[in-house]
Amino acid sequence: MSESATDLVLSELELDALTELVNLGVSKAAANLAVMVREEVLLTVPKVALMSRQDAIKTLGERESRSLVAVHQTFEGEIVGRALLIFPEENSLELVRSLVGSELSHEEIIELEQEALAETGNVILNSCLATIANALESRLKISIPEVLRGDGSRFFNLPPPPAAGANVLFVYINFAMRRRDLEGFIAMMMDLPSLTALQTLLRNLIRRTGAVP
Amino acid sequence: MIYKLLIVDDSKLARMAVIKALSSCYPEWERIEAGSAADALKAVQQEKPHIAIVDFNMPNKDGLELAVDLRALTPDMPIGIISANHQQAVVDRARALGASFLPKPLTEQSLREFLAGASRLLQESRS
Repeated sequence: MSESATDLVLSELELDALTELVNLGVSKAAANLAVMVREEVLLTVPKVALMSRQDAIKTLGERESRSLVAVHQTFEGEIVGRALLIFPEENSLELVRSLVGSELSHEEIIELEQEALAETGNVILNSCLATIANALESRLKISIPEVLRGDGSRFFNLPPPPAAGANVLFVYINFAMRRRDLEGFIAMMMDLPSLTALQTLLRNLIRRTGAVP
Repeated sequence: MIYKLLIVDDSKLARMAVIKALSSCYPEWERIEAGSAADALKAVQQEKPHIAIVDFNMPNKDGLELAVDLRALTPDMPIGIISANHQQAVVDRARALGASFLPKPLTEQSLREFLAGASRLLQESRS
């Protein structure tokens, strides 16, 4: 993880502001997920780092060696990137069961899996991205959710290819539902040309927040 | 009455937002900032704040765990737990500790209401 590279690009306060925004977004998303699954969703403090695309993929691989399932959405506006809700594939049916209730048969759960995962991802990722966009007074166009299976290298090498550069701004947060032994994480990746735009938006946010009347 | 407010949040931006709202409703109040639960505990012993506003999602010790420590040190101090994570379980745990829950992003109105209630409690406990 290249902490020093992050310092070069974003100031400490800008990085703090970005982490706080992600925290806001994910906390709201977790609250929505908790309503959907009717149990508490635990979160870690978000990690925000500038790193190479390869390191981001490696981080995903180190965190989770099992087969993964992800709900993937791209966002574009002043900033461009992708957001993923990721969990181990073996958790997938349990997550669906927690959403639709346990009275359904195994076959019915399997039938609903794709749709339920897409909808969950949609609620979580939209709630997260919308909170961030609103705080930045910016607008993001968010794509339709897509359910993917595979590993980190597949998720982060999806089309469209990055506009430029091998470095990405990588954000991730773990979440867990203890009662059902479910866990996963939310990851976001932004390409660097977006970083200048993001920096301007963050500076404006800091100015607005710091302006004591 | 002028009170001393302790603001605990690992994010400086979030502390700035509380300070901004505070300067609209109670500009004359004193404020102390802490970036972690450990710093908050030190500040409570050294500065003796009257009221605390504590972020929930912080590294190492979270805001609800800190609230338990604060209750042990200063049983009557009004505490506000602040978070965008408005899950019922979080709100319930805050209330069980006798703390208020303030949603993030913080509005001037919700801070004003919390601080007005806190002032009343402090005045009652003095009289």
